[in-house]
Amino acid sequence: MKLKQLESHLGSLQQFDNPKIELEQYPTGPHIASRLLYTADNSFGDVKDKVVADFGCGCGTLGLAAALLGAKHVIGVDIDAESIEIASSNADELELDVDFIQCDIRHLRWRGGMVDTVVLNPPFGTRKKGADMEFLSTALRVASEAVYSLHKSTTRDHVKRTSLRDYNAVSAEVLCELRFDVPQLYKFHKKKEVDVAVDLWRFVPKTSSPKRL
Amino acid sequence: MRLLTHNMLSSNIKGVTNGFPLRMEVGKVVEKTVDFNADFLRNMFAKVEWNALVEGSKALGYFELPDNVESSMLESDEFLHKFHHALLELHLEQGALICPETGRRFPVSKGIPNMLLHEDEV
Ligand SMILES: C[S@@+](CC[C@H](N)C(=O)[O-])C[C@H]1O[C@@H](n2cnc3c(N)ncnc32)[C@H](O)[C@@H]1O
Repeated sequence: MKLKQLESHLGSLQQFDNPKIELEQYPTGPHIASRLLYTADNSFGDVKDKVVADFGCGCGTLGLAAALLGAKHVIGVDIDAESIEIASSNADELELDVDFIQCDIRHLRWRGGMVDTVVLNPPFGTRKKGADMEFLSTALRVASEAVYSLHKSTTRDHVKRTSLRDYNAVSAEVLCELRFDVPQLYKFHKKKEVDVAVDLWRFVPKTSSPKRL
Repeated sequence: MRLLTHNMLSSNIKGVTNGFPLRMEVGKVVEKTVDFNADFLRNMFAKVEWNALVEGSKALGYFELPDNVESSMLESDEFLHKFHHALLELHLEQGALICPETGRRFPVSKGIPNMLLHEDEV
């Protein structure tokens, strides 16, 4: 599938009806989501025929993109039942077979070694500081091949240092910097849209570590 | 929920040490056809907990998987097709996952397990 095609499929997906502020529910736009998965597949071979998990899957954009690119098994995880319901109907709409689990990422306990690649657009931590790092740390324990994640560019040094030192990453690389439009979902946002600089990261987990969570 | 997913989930309640595999309480099972890919299966064979897969498939009403396996079976097309069916095509649609240690029930509705914990479980 071509990048443009992927982006247009993702553009047709239903997004959050009533985004919940405290869960930082804003959609990963089709532009960013398509590039994230396309790069993971095309440049690194981390998607096709792989087992892929989407952490904080929301309405499912990243996980469904993985399925569109030929991932063999996709698991979307979110804490919020309403989002999963939308994600699940998005999957039906595209005739994709994806598993969803309602779970708090902080309490996720999976048998290690089963998931190849984790993709995520974590809460950036604007409501709860460090939320993105909790997601990343779990992703690096679950993945056996690679983790693709988005983090605010202002946190670049912190993400690099922490992932290499504390989170079991053997490499942490910024693939590109993107603009992320956090739409004016919430009344307290004064501007119509907040345009945030975001890094697309690729992390490689240590494989030699004991993989049981 | 596919049995592949079941094969990696474990009870996430605080203090539980033997949370794998989750038992299944089965309300409804659905089957969905998936493209067969022998290389994927050979690769997964090394990773799955075989006993959990066999027990899971039996719970879902499929009795074709052998209890004992060895890697030479991966040469057999017949075996691979059974493995494929159990791992990827059977879904628990309604029912529950049960923590083997505490008996706590995690409901599964429309194929989606709810693994959220209560306050006293985290
Ligand atoms: C920025 S959004 C990701 C959006 C998603 N990629 C999409 O395109 O719809 C963050 C998501 O993380 C979920 N979330 C927040 N805290 C969570 C937690 N502790 N465990 C699991 N999911 C959580 C939210 O419900 C939300 O769907």
